Amino acid sequence: MTILGSASGPARRSYDPASESGYPAPPPRMGFFTDTSVCIGCKACEVACKEWNHVPEDGLALTGMSYDNSVGLSADTWRRVAFIEQRKPVADGQDQFRWLMASDVCKHCTHAACLDVCPTGALFRTEFGTVVVQEDVCNGCGYCVPACPYGVIDRRQDDGRAWKCTLCYDRLGDGMEPACAKACPTESIQFGPLDELRERAAARVTQLHASGVADARLYGEDPDDGVGGDGAFFLLLDEPEVYGLPPDPVVTTRDLSAMWRQVGAAAVTLAAGAAAAFAATLLGRRT
Amino acid sequence: MSHAKVTREGLQDARPGREAKPGTPTQRRRTGRRAEQPMVPPAEFASYYGKPVLNTPVWRSPDIPGYLFLGGLAGGSSLLAAGAQLTGRPALARASKTAALGAACLGLAGLLHDLGRPARFANMLRVFKVTSPMSVGSWILSGYVPAAGAAAACALIGRLPRTGAAATAAAAVLAPGLASYTAALITDTAVPAWHEGYREMPFVFTGSAAMASGGLGLLAAPLDESQPARNLAVFGVGIEAAAFERMTRRMGMAAEPYRSGRADAYIRAGQALSVLGVAGALLGRAGGRRGRVISALTGASLLAASAATRWGIFHAGLASAADPKYTVVPQRDRLRSRAAGSPPP
Repeated sequence: MTILGSASGPARRSYDPASESGYPAPPPRMGFFTDTSVCIGCKACEVACKEWNHVPEDGLALTGMSYDNSVGLSADTWRRVAFIEQRKPVADGQDQFRWLMASDVCKHCTHAACLDVCPTGALFRTEFGTVVVQEDVCNGCGYCVPACPYGVIDRRQDDGRAWKCTLCYDRLGDGMEPACAKACPTESIQFGPLDELRERAAARVTQLHASGVADARLYGEDPDDGVGGDGAFFLLLDEPEVYGLPPDPVVTTRDLSAMWRQVGAAAVTLAAGAAAAFAATLLGRRT
Repeated sequence: MSHAKVTREGLQDARPGREAKPGTPTQRRRTGRRAEQPMVPPAEFASYYGKPVLNTPVWRSPDIPGYLFLGGLAGGSSLLAAGAQLTGRPALARASKTAALGAACLGLAGLLHDLGRPARFANMLRVFKVTSPMSVGSWILSGYVPAAGAAAACALIGRLPRTGAAATAAAAVLAPGLASYTAALITDTAVPAWHEGYREMPFVFTGSAAMASGGLGLLAAPLDESQPARNLAVFGVGIEAAAFERMTRRMGMAAEPYRSGRADAYIRAGQALSVLGVAGALLGRAGGRRGRVISALTGASLLAASAATRWGIFHAGLASAADPKYTVVPQRDRLRSRAAGSPPP
């Protein structure tokens, strides 16, 4: 998943999820590049997201986890800033305190497990290549929740349906950028065509490495990773798990054909066992 | 601090915020004892305050583990019913058909109850998606329940024998799918203790289904007809035990949740009850009243064993999703071995 400077990778497959989903001439795939190195933890993205999308309040507890009181993404938290306090050698090699902040969001995977397992078709791929829940279709089966390798989508308690970031599908349709990107004062959250964002991100990593920030790495940018690359990817300053992100996520449906094969074999075994259970009584009678 | 100049033509010499260098030492450094301690506790793997990476499944007990058990019981019972009908064992056929319908309906009720929007259950039938085991299962159920219902109704009222036979056959055709698809349902997730077992889980489930339906046959059918149920149950115990053993050996770290906490208690109870069940099945061959009592106890213990295993598997999944260790460590190992195997860039 981690690529340091994308130029060194092999030639990129251009898998476009929107055209694979049947859109004849989709617009460019849109996404987020969240550069956590300039995040100041202001939470404007959280607030903008909640306001624009009418995401309900989900508790006002203080967690003691630095400045993070949202804890994780959920049905009622679609953008949220992680805060990590560390004692670590930084740019000039000195051992000192650093404070990492990172705004997390739905990754809008190229191969999205939530979308694959949704039995109602409520989750769908938009023309922008993003993944969105149709709230008038979702029946709250909850399958998408354990399917997501990032712990993003969740079921809203009082409402019973699954909710997550829509990458502001309504705003995109009107040519506007998502609320979180609009509100971000440091351009930590950058919105745009994914190809352009990947170029920008590669340049940024190169720049950071040149200025001595050896920790800088991209996360979710590689189209060859376990989910086919993320529509929303990140520049991180430490291992992904430090931010609560899985280091090597894999879309569970990658193994689906093997699963169905095993299910088929087990089903045949059961039928054969039942037949044998009756056949054995015939043998028993004869002897 | 910005050095940009505001002119009539706009900002000059502006440094966009994203060009800032993180980790540059600030002037007000605090060192030594006055420094704040890092909040992330030391551990052999890194995590975000020990919080899970995955969102915990919203599926609840008893709805979902109950459905895993009842779906298996229904599937196995339909197979027993068809066999009993073919080989002239009417009492076993009747008991199995009734059990199949009852189990399927109860399981379906559990599924409906677990939906966030039960009134929208029919949305399951908007689409057919092979990538969604739940979609496949919904279609299997929507074919199976009417067939099992017709089979049971004809057997109980004693009319329409041909319709009854056709329905019994239809239910038996769908039954192995019903008993096994639930393994794909839970393994087609990111939950480590479920997903990592995807090769053996279907065999654990069909073994458990055979055990449960055989147990029910022993419990409900008279002694002179229950021999196939006894055979099926012993077969099921063997398949389930072997598959479960193989699964937990192969899964590595992801098998740990099966050996601790609530899951462990359920799994152990299931193993003890299936041993009792097999012992009872072998002893219960004796005829008479004593044989009947042993058969009934054996059947009950096999049913309970199957249920306990399903609950154990369910809780192991929840535990593995709630602990970031099971997500992070295997993925980190995978990255490490991939890095070791491939040439450095």
